Amino acid sequence: MSKTKYSTDHEYVRLEGEVGMVGISIYAQEQLGDIVYVELPNVGVKLSKGDEVAVIESVKAASELYSPVSGEVIEVNEALNDDPALVNTDAQGNGWIYKVALSNISELDEMMDDAAYTDFTS
Amino acid sequence: MNMNSTGRPTRADKTSSSKNAEIKSAALLPDEPLLFEIGGYEHSGVDLFEVEINDEFLGGFERKTSLDLPGLSEPECLRHYVRLSRLNMSIDAGIYPLGSCTMKHNPRLNEKIARLAGFADIHPLQPVSSVQGALEMIDELALWLMELTNTSAVSMSPKAGAHGELCGMMAIKAALEAKGQGHRSIVLVPDSAHGTNPATAAFLGYKVRSIPANKNGVVDVEAVIAALDDDVAAIMLTNPNTCGLFEPDVIKIADAVHDAGGYFYCDGANFNAIMGLVCPGDLGIDAMHINLHKTFSTPHGGGGPGAGPVVLSKALAPFAPVPFVKKSGSDLSLIEHVNDSDSFGRLTAFHGQIGMFTRSLAFMLSHGKDGITQVAYDAVLNANYVRVRLQKVFSLAFGDQACMHEVLFDDSFLKGTGVSTLDFAKAMIDEGFHPMTMYFPLVVSGAMLIEPTESESKKTLDYFCDKMLELANDAIAGNVDRFKQAPKYAPLARLDETLAARQPKLKWTKS
Amino acid sequence: MRYLPHSNIEREQMLKAIGVNEIDELFKVVPASVYKKKSFELPNHSPEFLVQAKLEAMANKNLCAANSAFFIGGGAYRHHVPASVDHLIQRSEWLTAYTPYQPEISQGTLQALFEFQTQVANLMAMDVANASMYDGSTATAEAALMARRITRKKKIILSSSLHPQYKDVVKTYLNDDGKSEGDLICLPDSEDNKGNISSLIDENTAAIIVQTPDFYGHLRDVKSLAEAAHAQGALLIVVITEIISLGLLEAPGSMGADIVVAEGQSLGNPLNYGGPFLGLMATRQKYVRQLPGRLCGETIDANGKRGYVLTLSTREQHIRREKATSNICTNAGLCSLAFSIHLSLLGQKGFVKLARLNHARAIAMVKTLEKIEGVELLNKTFFNEVTLRLSKPANEVVEALAKKNILCGIPVSRLVPNEPRLENLLVLAATELTTDQDIKILASSLAKELS
Repeated sequence: MSKTKYSTDHEYVRLEGEVGMVGISIYAQEQLGDIVYVELPNVGVKLSKGDEVAVIESVKAASELYSPVSGEVIEVNEALNDDPALVNTDAQGNGWIYKVALSNISELDEMMDDAAYTDFTS
Repeated sequence: MNMNSTGRPTRADKTSSSKNAEIKSAALLPDEPLLFEIGGYEHSGVDLFEVEINDEFLGGFERKTSLDLPGLSEPECLRHYVRLSRLNMSIDAGIYPLGSCTMKHNPRLNEKIARLAGFADIHPLQPVSSVQGALEMIDELALWLMELTNTSAVSMSPKAGAHGELCGMMAIKAALEAKGQGHRSIVLVPDSAHGTNPATAAFLGYKVRSIPANKNGVVDVEAVIAALDDDVAAIMLTNPNTCGLFEPDVIKIADAVHDAGGYFYCDGANFNAIMGLVCPGDLGIDAMHINLHKTFSTPHGGGGPGAGPVVLSKALAPFAPVPFVKKSGSDLSLIEHVNDSDSFGRLTAFHGQIGMFTRSLAFMLSHGKDGITQVAYDAVLNANYVRVRLQKVFSLAFGDQACMHEVLFDDSFLKGTGVSTLDFAKAMIDEGFHPMTMYFPLVVSGAMLIEPTESESKKTLDYFCDKMLELANDAIAGNVDRFKQAPKYAPLARLDETLAARQPKLKWTKS
Repeated sequence: MRYLPHSNIEREQMLKAIGVNEIDELFKVVPASVYKKKSFELPNHSPEFLVQAKLEAMANKNLCAANSAFFIGGGAYRHHVPASVDHLIQRSEWLTAYTPYQPEISQGTLQALFEFQTQVANLMAMDVANASMYDGSTATAEAALMARRITRKKKIILSSSLHPQYKDVVKTYLNDDGKSEGDLICLPDSEDNKGNISSLIDENTAAIIVQTPDFYGHLRDVKSLAEAAHAQGALLIVVITEIISLGLLEAPGSMGADIVVAEGQSLGNPLNYGGPFLGLMATRQKYVRQLPGRLCGETIDANGKRGYVLTLSTREQHIRREKATSNICTNAGLCSLAFSIHLSLLGQKGFVKLARLNHARAIAMVKTLEKIEGVELLNKTFFNEVTLRLSKPANEVVEALAKKNILCGIPVSRLVPNEPRLENLLVLAATELTTDQDIKILASSLAKELS
């Protein structure tokens, strides 16, 4: 089973080997309401933890996504260009935003696991 | 992420308002198809001579792409646009209490004056000797603006309020550079500010430093002092502010900013509350735009055109953009080039929104200085009257205090009712009102910002307040349906803004 | 006072209800040192007929186009506006409505905007147009900024024959005088397009900005410029100041333009001494999220009925604040409505006829004027505007003819002073309103002036 960690800013990272799949939590998509557009990063961009990496737009608000981990973007979820609603319907599955080759895997240690995040958002 | 969930629900709830289907459009509100569905490619409502031309001077650039522009005969055209017009709310048809937008009466004399051939049918580049009356008109309006603000310079060319902000902030930037202070990179903006303020600052490459409002809805001088340093270029402060309150510390704030080497840009969107009573020049402002379409009654026209002249302090005047009118004796000339002056440049082709100037000047001359003071008095009187009539049920955002020209409520009185500010606004539509400004300013939850303006009679205000109280009491009593289903009596039910944004359809195409 | 509804008795009643004795108590938060301190040197209120008389007196001092033989263009053109256009835009529901923030009771404005956007996009053969900008010059500057956002490159190149005031506005918006070899390259004003713009495009170029018909009236080969720009990953921005030209000339969208901006005043809007005007802006679908300004889009209501809303507003300042695409917070609403009504009346049939008529009048003007000694026509191509080289400084001629009620054009030196090579150039335009009689009057006076 893959390991999912959460940041206090409501991003999640799901670890698959050395690669982290990043998106926003189910809780976060509920708070934002209907997502109408996701501005994706470019593949190849090198990120430090905390860098602004994407923008998630609802009709009436735009929220910047800060990368919860450092590394290089190796893939982005092109499906969101046609169907941004995936972030609403399947935030932690098909609604992922980008995949990153982690440069510092220990950053995950500071993040919350499922139980801690559930606590955090309740 | 920054979890920016500010705003309001945007998707029409199909289950709650599907009952609307039984309410047919009234006989006077027919559905109107699109121009492209009723027009014809062979139709035209204009008679023109057919001419023979050859391609001698066309260089092979003749149009080959189809135009796809259907035409209408004159009667069809009138009917199309008259029928469409009936789907709009307007000030002439009822109170339009949009806070911060100042939907006051638009006198028809203004329209008549703007259409005089001597103003409407003159070209911006005809010889200055042939348009002395136009320059006199611009000069007279400039004089009124400087006199009412107690400033010594005004730049007339900005085309709208936000364009005026650019003008003022560019003058500030130029002045700082001239003083060797070009390193200053921060602009202070209160978090209640209109979105154009931070957008303007960012446009010019400044970083925005937010200043919080205190519990009374105004900015403390201490909060400004704490944010000031050698990197601050300016503060952009709206006064009266977007919460409808006069900033009591404004003079101290101006002094503190000046002492720190910065400038004071005042957003003059709400000048209508204090004109004839308080001169912004006396408050220490360096630049302030004046929305002629708010304060001086030019029509909003469904979203423009506006006009945003900017008054300037002596310190900034040398940096004003071209063009400007210069008076020597009775002779008026137009300075159109920067040459060796300190002017920061040009903000628009030609000379500004002349058609708005004529309207504003007609308004000023009609009111005179006594009337302009009365306008401010009545605007403030009306807002406070609405405040005291509603505040027993509605929740004032910043407690029981006098307001200026607009009154701000939050949504705490709706807590637990299941009715949101949006629902409430839509229910107002069913009562025949245009809703107030909602969800702005962002600093209070579910903001409801009501600006009646001086144009509303006591009878209208009483009726408005009666209905508002009835709605509020109904919400509190738990009668949620009328809110969730609203509007029921508008041409359309709530629109699906999510669909519009997810699958943008921005022009008509043959299906 | 006629615009204020309250009687003094009602004011008293309201003050009492508020709980204050006099109105000034509501202002007690204002520091006393600045409250009611200035005595204004301004007149008191005035009846309608006196205000009208005063303003009419000012208006009467101006030589209006209708009272002259008129040949001025240069970004503002005198065309006939059908009577029904002005009648319609003065209806209360159009004139006194606000921005359509409550779509359920603003469908008139919204549908009209949707129709306007479609008309503009079709005229230009572009995918999408916005709901309008302040005017053509500011739209040009916004287009330059938009190109920088799209390409993430900096260099903007302005063609030599772009309207000189448009150049100045771009310089101001970009905070760059274009003189040094920096991010803005501004080719020196010239009527013959000196300076090969294609050769200046490099891999750092965000966009080139080219006007056609250009300021001097020449038609420009947009297609080859598009190819040159695209080869380097740069965008082509096409500027049009005379929108009527699109009834006769190929649409920029069909020639490779990436962004098209235009002044739309020619349709529906009078000269107004230069404002308010109407900025048009259109682009390719893929760039829509970088487009500034309001956009209206189609959707459905809760009952599934078709309707319209302002959309994609996350680009705009009220949502994005300091991250917005522009600080613009308006469109030229009523001017765009006038444009749309005028174009609906014309239809493509009328629009094409109007364009042909304009071109025909310009040919008639040119054929007469070029016979005059001391006049040299500089155009091989034109639509309705041309440049003449006179045998003496053009501004002297313009001033002299104005005294005879002939407004004969724009001396280039008014817009580009201190350039001896441009001093004798006169730019003049003809439209459907230019009569044979006007041309005759101009020709005879011009001949006298130059002899």
